[in-house]
Amino acid sequence: MSPANLIEPPVTEASAPFWEATRERRLVLPWSTVTGRPVWFPRDADPLAPDRPYEWREASGEGVVYAASVHHRPGPGRTEDDCPYVVALVDLAEGVRMMANIVDCPPEDVVVGMPVRVTWQPLSDGRHLPQFRPA
Amino acid sequence: MSRRTLRGAAALVGVADAASPTGELDTHGRALEAAMVHEALADAGLTLDDVDGVAYAGSAAGLAEFLGIRPRYLDGTLVGGSSYELHVEHAAAAIAAGLCDVVIGVYAATPRSDRRRPGAGRRGMPPGPNPALEWELPYGLRLPIGGYALAASRHMAVYGTTPEQLAQIAVDTRRWAALNPRARYRDPITVDDVLDSPMVVSPLHLLDCCLVTDGAGAFVLTSAERARDLRKPPVYVLGAATGGTHQMISEMPDLTVTGGAVSGPAAFEMAGIKHEDVDLLMAYDSFTITALLHLEDLGFCPKGEGGAFVEDGKLGPGGSLPMNTNGGGLSYTHPGMYGMFLLVEAVRQLRGEAGERQLDDPKVAVAHGSGGVLSTMGTLVLGTEEVL
Repeated sequence: MSPANLIEPPVTEASAPFWEATRERRLVLPWSTVTGRPVWFPRDADPLAPDRPYEWREASGEGVVYAASVHHRPGPGRTEDDCPYVVALVDLAEGVRMMANIVDCPPEDVVVGMPVRVTWQPLSDGRHLPQFRPA
Repeated sequence: MSRRTLRGAAALVGVADAASPTGELDTHGRALEAAMVHEALADAGLTLDDVDGVAYAGSAAGLAEFLGIRPRYLDGTLVGGSSYELHVEHAAAAIAAGLCDVVIGVYAATPRSDRRRPGAGRRGMPPGPNPALEWELPYGLRLPIGGYALAASRHMAVYGTTPEQLAQIAVDTRRWAALNPRARYRDPITVDDVLDSPMVVSPLHLLDCCLVTDGAGAFVLTSAERARDLRKPPVYVLGAATGGTHQMISEMPDLTVTGGAVSGPAAFEMAGIKHEDVDLLMAYDSFTITALLHLEDLGFCPKGEGGAFVEDGKLGPGGSLPMNTNGGGLSYTHPGMYGMFLLVEAVRQLRGEAGERQLDDPKVAVAHGSGGVLSTMGTLVLGTEEVL
């Protein structure tokens, strides 16, 4: 699945390490050095200690579907031809939750609680968009 | 936290709203806002000269400039559909603190007729950082419905809530709309009608969704002292509270629990009321799941039991918990930020002005707004002189 009109995410100062890693299909997360836990989404500064940069660590790429919705009508960057597709929230093993499409399976097979694994959708500039498929 | 003391300090003394069975209004923009302000002030027996505060989900200074007034209180809170509940909360606090005497709030939006109006109604990205560009938009999340669909998906998975139970909310809301001559849709519907309507974004069907219509409204809020001498019986602000949890749906801590679990109990406590005291619940129904979450978070039933709670039709005419008697965002009107209409209907019911749908001598109404994608909740407890 590769939507023709996909809205490619911009890169911000905060997220540059994330997107850079996706060039090598690596999923990395920002960890707060204050709490010793990962955070999502990547913020411009750690609100708990703005002078202490996040540490970027590789994630396992494993997760579980927290919530899932089959889109029969298109959202931004999608057309009717892309429907139906699944927009989900995925709880990563590291303890953060991110949005993604669940791909490589029939939309109706996606259920809450399903184990999933990261997969990569190429973007036009060599980066990749993290997506998830059944584990 | 110190005990909050807003109870009874301010009262809604004038209201207005506009909507049409066609879903379209003849005027738009500032002209429509001016009409609403004029009507709400006339309802109160006040004039623009009396107004020294403005609340507007946008540039409050721009509204004041247009109206030709020089306010000493401006509130530009913009949090989506619940903005108007927050406007009343903030204005009541300002009045209680002596910052101003008479605050007007107004809203007008005409998304339906804008379709025929070249260039109008086009909305750009809001200013400031927008992490959704990176973390949500690439995934094609259709907003707002996609966010609510995710919440419904989670609620169904965790609590076993069924599509039939959600549909019952749409059915009962339509029964109320049948009694409102200005409602967009008045023909009765059944649970099967909802389930047979097209699936838009699962698990939400077309008839689980609010309307897209033109609409407008306004309120006038003043001190309890001043309210007693005005044209209509005052509707007092007995309790008011806000609860915010996130902006992007992907950052909502628990998709089955809204900030209403904070704002609801806080507002009820301030008002000194219990659930059985509530004669009317005006609960923002952008989607059926929205209203179901409100019922749970406000504590009308335990978390997870909203589906079973609504099954018997108790929200409709003749039921034990009348909800959204104007026909709601699902069947009356929904121009985008519907919270204004919650206030207006609550005031009309408490004054006994609701026509065919009038409840039997209601004294306490709750107006509970939801803004963003289940992001910011505002709860108001409103009451008549009798319960002050």
